[in-house]
Amino acid sequence: MDSKKQNKIAIGTLYGIAGLVVLILLALLGYILASGLPQLSWHFLTAPAKAFLKGGGVGVQLFNSFYLLILAMAISFPIALGAAIYLYEYARDNWITTTIRTAIEILSSLPSVVVGLFGFLFFVVKLRLGFSILSGAFALTFFNLPLLTRSIEDSLRTIDLEQREGGLALGLSRWETITRVILPAAVPSILTGVILSAGRVFGEAAALIYTAGQSAPALNFADWNPFNISSPLNPMRPAETLAVHIWKINSEGIMPDAKAISSGSSAVLIIAILLFNFAARYVGKRLYKRLTSA
Amino acid sequence: MFINNDVTRATAMQERHVVQPNDAGHPIILSTEGLHVFYGKKEALFEGDLQFGSNQITALIGPSGSGKSTYLRSLNRMNDRIATVTGKIMYRGVDINQPAIDVYEMRRRVGMVFQRPNPFAKSIYDNIAFALRLRGTTDKHELDEIVETSLKQAALWDQVKDDLNKSALALSGGQAQRLCIARAIAVKPDILLLDEPASALDPVSTSQLEDTLLDLKQHYTIIIVTHNMQQAARISEYTAFFNQGRVLEYDTTSQIFTNPQVQVTSDYVSGNFG
Repeated sequence: MDSKKQNKIAIGTLYGIAGLVVLILLALLGYILASGLPQLSWHFLTAPAKAFLKGGGVGVQLFNSFYLLILAMAISFPIALGAAIYLYEYARDNWITTTIRTAIEILSSLPSVVVGLFGFLFFVVKLRLGFSILSGAFALTFFNLPLLTRSIEDSLRTIDLEQREGGLALGLSRWETITRVILPAAVPSILTGVILSAGRVFGEAAALIYTAGQSAPALNFADWNPFNISSPLNPMRPAETLAVHIWKINSEGIMPDAKAISSGSSAVLIIAILLFNFAARYVGKRLYKRLTSA
Repeated sequence: MFINNDVTRATAMQERHVVQPNDAGHPIILSTEGLHVFYGKKEALFEGDLQFGSNQITALIGPSGSGKSTYLRSLNRMNDRIATVTGKIMYRGVDINQPAIDVYEMRRRVGMVFQRPNPFAKSIYDNIAFALRLRGTTDKHELDEIVETSLKQAALWDQVKDDLNKSALALSGGQAQRLCIARAIAVKPDILLLDEPASALDPVSTSQLEDTLLDLKQHYTIIIVTHNMQQAARISEYTAFFNQGRVLEYDTTSQIFTNPQVQVTSDYVSGNFG
């Protein structure tokens, strides 16, 4: 067979595989949206869930998902950033960093249900945080930290070594070089990593079932004092998220419109992640422009 | 007769020939004594005792892997953390190769421009101004003035004066390299180290860069590593020939190119190897 023909076959096969993947994804997305979109209404998005009756919403779950996401990100991002900077910019390659990297690799492939059970035993029981947003946020931090660290480290890797030398040659310290030269240039790439991991965190259920709990007590959205038990901001209250809600309805939901609510919730979850993606990308571009005047 | 002549010439050739610059009019500003550089256990530079006169251009030439870049990068301690450098680097009477030296301050005196242009992902203006701001120059007029003078000295001002707020990443290779020079001289160094600054540039940009360097000589002492022997011949007063981690010959550029005293140098400058 001549090489021209080989090339054609190879390209055809690759196109076929890529097309198949796109097709599967579109079919999934289409199915979720087609069965979910008709359920959506303002009432559905804002009303609290009902346990036995028709017509419940996912307002509380939606809020919980975002609140948990923000908390988990607020805890894990600084740690991941610090770890990545240390690993890539400061640490020398020796057995300590090898151990850290191996640990990160193993942690990143840990099944999320194991993270959830660990979170239950450690945060919920041992540290007596109970089923709470805080327990959930810590569990999600454990779940998120390895991947986020890896992705930030990869972002730093994409910035040329010459950029660092350029900074040092101007008499900047390593820290100044990192904060003034490397990080601004790495922002878009870091942000992409953050978005991807935020999507994972937003859709995570198994790690939260045993930590943030499966109940969503009614919230008083007029009360923003985080110390009140019915306040949405109270980090010590149990908080069922959207993903956990979907799992729960499908496994033990006894309301008559369980299927409809599950479809609607799934659509909301997907749309929220999509919106989050677009928004973050937009912000990333703006931020990069401001930092680099590109 | 001819054969005899060749033999006498060969015996007259030396192993090593070093003539340090005459410091009349150009006081020695930088010199190295007993410099050795190790990458791990591997020794990359065995000896390099050189002196550099101020406001002159010295070229470091030699085949790949001869240690010339390693030597250059040791001069402003860019090899810290990468290699072990022993020996003395005397800058204005102070040994800057000792732990007590503030390397960040020292690097502002001994600036460096690299092989590949490395403008930061910032505006043209900020590429030059941000290091100054970090060191406390915040006055807008003062910054504007330094940016302008630096760009003029690097012969880039006329091309970019209307685009100072545009990204430096949009500049061509030659312009980007000039920006890097402007950036390096903005912090007012004494010495400018250049590590093959023209190797990524086209011939026109290269010759412009050489003109710029000849102008800069009035204000700075320039040490340049180059693979291009014509370049060394065109712009430098002194040339050091490196081979296998040693300085084999150091003399005025005209001596090195017209009357080399070491056989290897002669082979190298006449293009027989390297």
